Amino acid sequence: MSAPVPKTMNMIEAINSALDIMLAKDPDVVIMGEDVGYFGGVFRATAGLQAKHGKTRVFDTPISECGIIGVGVGMAAYGLRPVPEIQFADYIYPGLDQLVSEAARLRYRSANDFICPMTVRSPFGGGIFGGQTHSQSPESLFTHVCGIKTVIPATPYDAKGLLIAAIEDNDPVVFFEPKRIYNGPFSGYYDRPVEPWSKHEGSAVPKDYYRIELGKAAVVREGAAVTVLTYGTMVHVVKAVVSEHGIDAEIIDLRTLLPLDIEAIEASVKKTGRCMVVHEATRTSGFGAELAAQVQERCFYHLEAPVERVTGFDTPYPHSLEWAYFPGPVRLARAFDKIMKD
Amino acid sequence: MDNKLPESFSQLWAEMDMEQSTKDNLSPLHLHIPEPKFRPGDVADFGDIIVPAVDAYPRPDEHAMPADIHRLAYGLVRVLGDDHQAMGSWNPGLDNATLQVMLRKMLLLRAFDDRMFRAQRQGKTSFYMKSFGEEATSVATTMALDFDDMCFPSYRQQGILITRDYPLVDMMNQIYSNRGDRLKGRQLPIMYSAKDYGFFSISGNLTTQYPQAVGWAMASASRGDTRISAVWCGDGSTAEGDFHNALTFAAVYNAPVIFQVVNNQWAISSFSGFAGSERTTFAARAIGYGIAGLRVDGNDALAVYAAMQWAANRARNNGGPTLIEYFTYRGEGHSTSDDPSAYRAAEEYALWPLGDPVTRLKDHLVTIGAWSDAQHDALIIELSEYVKTIQKEAEQNGILGHGLHHPFETMFEDVFEEMPWHLKEQCAQMLEEQQDKFGPDWEAR
Repeated sequence: MSAPVPKTMNMIEAINSALDIMLAKDPDVVIMGEDVGYFGGVFRATAGLQAKHGKTRVFDTPISECGIIGVGVGMAAYGLRPVPEIQFADYIYPGLDQLVSEAARLRYRSANDFICPMTVRSPFGGGIFGGQTHSQSPESLFTHVCGIKTVIPATPYDAKGLLIAAIEDNDPVVFFEPKRIYNGPFSGYYDRPVEPWSKHEGSAVPKDYYRIELGKAAVVREGAAVTVLTYGTMVHVVKAVVSEHGIDAEIIDLRTLLPLDIEAIEASVKKTGRCMVVHEATRTSGFGAELAAQVQERCFYHLEAPVERVTGFDTPYPHSLEWAYFPGPVRLARAFDKIMKD
Repeated sequence: MDNKLPESFSQLWAEMDMEQSTKDNLSPLHLHIPEPKFRPGDVADFGDIIVPAVDAYPRPDEHAMPADIHRLAYGLVRVLGDDHQAMGSWNPGLDNATLQVMLRKMLLLRAFDDRMFRAQRQGKTSFYMKSFGEEATSVATTMALDFDDMCFPSYRQQGILITRDYPLVDMMNQIYSNRGDRLKGRQLPIMYSAKDYGFFSISGNLTTQYPQAVGWAMASASRGDTRISAVWCGDGSTAEGDFHNALTFAAVYNAPVIFQVVNNQWAISSFSGFAGSERTTFAARAIGYGIAGLRVDGNDALAVYAAMQWAANRARNNGGPTLIEYFTYRGEGHSTSDDPSAYRAAEEYALWPLGDPVTRLKDHLVTIGAWSDAQHDALIIELSEYVKTIQKEAEQNGILGHGLHHPFETMFEDVFEEMPWHLKEQCAQMLEEQQDKFGPDWEAR
């Protein structure tokens, strides 16, 4: 049998394909969330799935994130493999106790008696004029919780393979989808025309089943001058800035924040001697703080400059001043100047 | 239809001065802080609690529409009368052997509680919670369920495990967090988990089990299974958002789940007024959600059994969820960590108008000639000795803080299915710390 020919997909289509494949492959998979059923989700990630797989497999829920995630924990305890959608990551907080105290600890507290193989999908991040309730990046709240895996794809290809692996994983996974790049990779130059996914190699997505192992980073650009650790939308912004300024940076897309691919990080930083961590989330106690700590613990004697953090500011995500908040090309260029001078 | 509130609520409205004021003549606003009627030093008087006659609220058809049975949410389902006879339409008609098993389970639970409470006082473990006065709400309910129905307990339903013949020694091993503990010493005492016995892992965070029980029931229904789920919480924890989210989901999807509120009047030191009991009943929470609500004499084991049986039959026939309130009283402290004489009147339990669930069931059995006081006294001694024997067996595996725990490295197991690198690193560090602490031969200890 010849290998299936990859087709071009944007990230929404890739996620939809992963869900479709898993619904067909595993009768335990159930999808639920606000507007995910008949309508197919506000971002269309579940379009057509209810019609194809039936109403008891893909269905709408009350507007209650605590209820959605709590019900998911109960379904998982029964033996199902729920994949709830939280419509925006900003809405996940009412469900936080069910994730932190229940889903994440069920295996541990019951000594493997009950498990929670649940994948919570949620669009996150800004750059869409979503204001302070449709733009947040709360990933570090989850990496701080023991018992949850946190996964963030940056391409359609990775989104599909990682989502399939997340659904098949027997532990709870929070799967944050960078909604700014659902329809095309974002360079960070918001005044330039949007590039479609079809021009990006990451949009070559096989239509059949495949998985990408959780906990493995990807080197998206090899380089010798500086290592950049990033994920999600910022992978593409960093790539554009590095190309624009001719910086020989090695860009690592972490893909899974927890468990972290520490070997890939360590090898790269020891090679380049410089490390920059980049995320859109607020700065203080962000995931970049953990990355900086890991790098200085493991690579201190290889570092030629202090670890540099490029992040969003410690304010709520503003509406009109979105591009002054976003860690875009200007903030990145200044940081590269600084880290390369030291 | 008679939806009249019990007198105690009407009285509250009167006290709250609900008279209309003219705009020019408004009295200042005042904030109402609920206060229990009796505090230490008072003699409790429960004269305002209405105890209706047996069958004042007859058993409706199991397929009744929720809107047609609102009365039941304000009434009190009772079977055992003051003459100790079982009467009326709710009488489940259990045979003598079943009634004797029910009494035996409740007495075993009481003996177990007494022994474990004492073990905590002796310093053998950190914590314990008794279910004294509420035994019917875990034993009689479980007897009305099938063995493979899933129970989602709160922290005071050890009677479920005892009723389902879970080994007492395993309960004690968990309480002692010893090397025999099936939960590897990870959980506070009494936070059991027993999937094989249809007993969901107890969280310790309140009412989180409510939406989980709904999810389990939805899964069962979506699979065309025949099993249902039953979930317990206390009066105080009905205030949690999870309670209301769960009722919404159960109503929306007609989930085969039975919600139970053990209204034992007290949440540690806060009386049920802080969960809203001054205004309405907990069973009446069902009405706004359009699900069936029953308020039951929680110290009448036969009424408790009958209510659960009604709700279980209803759920199993796709009739959807039921909310049952058991009106009962927490006979002792919340746990080993509080002293109820510091916040409520002494002797409240002795004065409680609904009596003691064990005594009432015993009196019924004696009245119908299926039991005697002599048999009862002998059984109490037998069960006490039995629990002591099991306790000795459990203590062979160690007591809390005396070395016989699970191996140190098990601390890092089961965080994930497979241990990631960072936990392996931290585990190695912890083992080195033990070497520093106990010396090079520590592993041989």
